[in-house]
Amino acid sequence: MALDSESALAVDVWRGAAEGRFQTFQVPRRAHQTILDVVTEIQRDQDATLSYRFACRVGMCGSCAMVVNGRPRWTCRTRVSEAVTGDGKLQLEPLRNFTVVKDLTVDMAAFFDKWRDAKGHFEPAPIEKDGEPGSPMPQADFQVVPPATPERQAADAGIECIGCGVCHSACDVVAWNKDYLGPAPLNRAWTLVNDVRDAGNDARIDAVSGSAGCHACHSHMNCTEFCPRGIAPTYSIAGLKRAMISRALGRKS
Amino acid sequence: MTAILFIAQRASAAVLAFAVTVHLATILYAVRGGLTAGEVLGRTRDNHWFFAFYVLFVLAVAVHAPIGLRNVLREWTRWHGRSLDVALALFSVLLLILGIRAALAVYVSPERLFG
Repeated sequence: MALDSESALAVDVWRGAAEGRFQTFQVPRRAHQTILDVVTEIQRDQDATLSYRFACRVGMCGSCAMVVNGRPRWTCRTRVSEAVTGDGKLQLEPLRNFTVVKDLTVDMAAFFDKWRDAKGHFEPAPIEKDGEPGSPMPQADFQVVPPATPERQAADAGIECIGCGVCHSACDVVAWNKDYLGPAPLNRAWTLVNDVRDAGNDARIDAVSGSAGCHACHSHMNCTEFCPRGIAPTYSIAGLKRAMISRALGRKS
Repeated sequence: MTAILFIAQRASAAVLAFAVTVHLATILYAVRGGLTAGEVLGRTRDNHWFFAFYVLFVLAVAVHAPIGLRNVLREWTRWHGRSLDVALALFSVLLLILGIRAALAVYVSPERLFG
């Protein structure tokens, strides 16, 4: 396929796993083309062995995240025109700080293990019924948290995370320290700290206070810069530090 | 443990922000004013406020520096665990001894030491 740089993209795509090399593909430029369109076109028309991952194509599932010209982003929500260099070049790599399975596909298991380690699950509190404490599970009734209350708004700040791993890929501390829980699990922990229905904060704050927890954050704010949902995990981590201090000094957080 | 170190690091930093400012301002004042060593010592000897200030300063340094160094070493080297903590506790004691010794040297009059 012979295409000039006006009508074609030169796309360097990572092939292999931890060891590998970039392979260059020529892809026609099209109007409103996304990076995911480019990868799909390569896989369908040029090399069926290219591995990548996607599902929803509309920015809901978070599975198509890759590093595009050095920046981690959702490929489905990134137009070629936003990311391409002036001379029509794209470089596509798998997310950093993950184990590469093959080509553009990474293993997310270690990432989600950290959500577990940060106690990123909802711990239901027993609900009182007729003045008596109810059983913790299943909940006897819905607990109403009005949307306009400060408590609900605090929980809302970080709740829209879909676990795409973009922040994990961008974080310097994750790159330095393999044990560091990372921005997404800590943001999840902070969201639950702010959830008035949750009763798991003692264990959660212990879990995020270790040397691999919120104290390891250097506040570089890469996570906040790159989060496609516009969440600010840096502030969530700062919140966890405050919660930890309040707890250590014997105040209720 | 991490929580206590984190709080100690922040609290000592707050003390240092104040103490370093006073320390530098005093040095600049003394140097630009053209005070001799004798005149400086004349003001520091038996000055309880001066001594209390520098004891506080030295305490904050002895808390702050080893914790920061511990964080840097844990992040950039493979040195973790008890031996690192013991080494940095000794470093803290060293800073404390050197600092208090320096503060005493300009606070205590020779007559009180030797007379």
